[in-house]
Amino acid sequence: MVSKSVLQEQMAKQEYKYGFVSDLDEDKAPKGLNEDIVRLISRKKNEPEWFLEWRLRAYRHWLTMKEPKWSNVTYPPINYQDIIYYAAPKPKKPVNSLEDVDPEIRNLYEKLGIPLIEQERLAGVAVDAVLDSVSVATTFKARLAELGIIFCSFSEAVHEHPDLVRKYLGTVVPFNDNFFAGLNSAVFSDGSFAYVPPGVRCPMELSTYFRINAQDTGQFERTLIIADEGAYVSYLEGCTAPIRDTNQLHAAVVELIALDNAEIKYSTIQNWYPGDKNGKGGIYNFVTKRGKALGVNSKVSWTQVETGSAITWKYPSCILQGDNSVGEFYSVALVNNYQQADTGTKMLHIGKNTRSTIISKGISAGYGRNTYRGRVQIHKGATNSRNYSQCDSLLIGSTCAAFTFPDIQVQEPTAQMEHEASTSKIGEEQLFYCQARGITPEDATNMIVNGFCKQVFLKLPMEFAVEAQKLIGVSLNLEGTVG
Amino acid sequence: MLEIKDLHVKVAGKEILKGIDLLIKPGEVHAVMGPNGSGKTTLAQVLAGRVTYEVTGGQARFEGKDLLAMKPEDRAREGVFMAFQYPVEIPGVSNAYFLKAALNAIRKYHGREEIDAMDFVTLVQDKAKLLGLDETFMKRGLNEGFSGGEKKKNEVFQMAVLEPKLCVLDETDSGLDIDALRVVANGINAMRSPNRAMLVVTHYQRLLDYVVPDFVHVLVDGKIVKSGDADLARNLEKHGYGWILEETPRPPQAARA
Repeated sequence: MVSKSVLQEQMAKQEYKYGFVSDLDEDKAPKGLNEDIVRLISRKKNEPEWFLEWRLRAYRHWLTMKEPKWSNVTYPPINYQDIIYYAAPKPKKPVNSLEDVDPEIRNLYEKLGIPLIEQERLAGVAVDAVLDSVSVATTFKARLAELGIIFCSFSEAVHEHPDLVRKYLGTVVPFNDNFFAGLNSAVFSDGSFAYVPPGVRCPMELSTYFRINAQDTGQFERTLIIADEGAYVSYLEGCTAPIRDTNQLHAAVVELIALDNAEIKYSTIQNWYPGDKNGKGGIYNFVTKRGKALGVNSKVSWTQVETGSAITWKYPSCILQGDNSVGEFYSVALVNNYQQADTGTKMLHIGKNTRSTIISKGISAGYGRNTYRGRVQIHKGATNSRNYSQCDSLLIGSTCAAFTFPDIQVQEPTAQMEHEASTSKIGEEQLFYCQARGITPEDATNMIVNGFCKQVFLKLPMEFAVEAQKLIGVSLNLEGTVG
Repeated sequence: MLEIKDLHVKVAGKEILKGIDLLIKPGEVHAVMGPNGSGKTTLAQVLAGRVTYEVTGGQARFEGKDLLAMKPEDRAREGVFMAFQYPVEIPGVSNAYFLKAALNAIRKYHGREEIDAMDFVTLVQDKAKLLGLDETFMKRGLNEGFSGGEKKKNEVFQMAVLEPKLCVLDETDSGLDIDALRVVANGINAMRSPNRAMLVVTHYQRLLDYVVPDFVHVLVDGKIVKSGDADLARNLEKHGYGWILEETPRPPQAARA
């Protein structure tokens, strides 16, 4: 087919615009992992004894665990002794306010399009920026504090709010949950913490920006968000990394807890470096994200736009424990070149009248492999529970692949389940139609893909929906390839 | 405006157009009629630049420029518009969004600024009225779940907004009931102007009762075998294509050169 060349033309090399390296003075641990490294990290963070104990228990358990092999991705074995588990930019002096943050770091974030100060003043988004595992600055703290909202780095929470951390840490993702969660529990060096007190509706989006900068380091951050009774919070994370020839490991854990009548909305735009067009380099993104809708009428909602990483292994899930609780998962996962994604969700219905919705949109281009993996479990006693699942795959070109592995387990006869799936291909006819109206095939593809993702983008906070749309275009490399 | 000389086109290795000559001047409306499989749609598609249609000989010039050398999107930007016989659906992309993208692509090509959002709304409302389309229409996904009649109205509506110089209408009347046909024909007629030309490809006379052509060409087996005025179309309707085939036997291939 002649039309194939038009499509292939568009799948040319992706330009990753966040691939710069910042020349920061870094404080790094030696390569490799053992109890001493765990202790070193804990000491660097000046952690209390109970916290070190928790890490050590996690580490010892991790030693007994095996890396999971069931996912539909392939990669060479990871040498866990060849990774640096702690790297922190050396602060010139203790960071008390944004003005004190190292100017180099601030420049870096400005390059990424998140000038912290601007964001604080204009956008009304409170940002916590995590660079190579260490939280750099948390904006907007004072205003949030007036409402009793805690939003700070994880290490700060360990010191300032130990009761909350002790009460909830590991209650959704215990350290023996899986191999990567175990590793994270042992070595994570920072992350974000948020607590919204009873009845408070957080007036702005809370946001964390993650950035891997140093070479050969892994990033292991941990996020813990608690919405107390009747509270509401919307949270967004974004991620980028420099272009490196070697693969870098990112193993994060996110735990969400929603108490009675509380709601947590968690949105992710994941744009880690995906590797070059031949599949060299890129981030291995092995992430455990789970929310517990613990209270009655509580709600946990995940929205993710996954365009980066060489490998994505990620299943943001909901444990619907409270009666009438609601779980949502809205996902766009795009793979191009040699990227592989195995992503989806788990919805565990435990409480009565629980409801869940899954909308998954997978886009595959180049030699990408895109897998949706989902599990819906209706436990005994979860009467009148309902699930609606929809997974759609869009293929661009003929060298990519899409897979769907839905797993539905129902132990309750009153349950209502719906599952819809579709696979489509951007056709020569669609492209020609757009061309015949003056629109280039590149713009047309972008438009068709964005239309395909619309249901999910509508769930994102407004300004991030715009960013997500642009990101899809960049990830398919449709800009400036007219020729 | 459009000058086609000895155009030969193959589709999937088979020669469909076997030497077409056609001259269309500004302000003229030409109808191309012919039995099924005569090459009518091929002619329309090749003018719009469909890559699956392979030009094996001849030329087509649009305002003096080599049309066949242009990419499809550049043909559209130069002012060639084809109303599709079977418009495609693009789910999730609203009619308004699509049309604005098209309009701006054309404006940009001519060095003009993107249209102001309010101006666009006004423009679209005016043209939508012409075709009896309501406001919800603009918010729906492009041709998504549209009836046959709605799709055809949408084609003419897009044409009205984009204001091309040359309108190529590929069987725009097919699948329309009599009321929709009248609406679509009114839309087309409203576009007639001394600066604009039209090439109306149709199987039946009925559209030409409303959109009265200046010239009618009969296409049989990839060649124009007869040309005339609007009366020719009426004769075809009355007597079918048979009498023309008898009157003008197919010339042997060798006689062409």
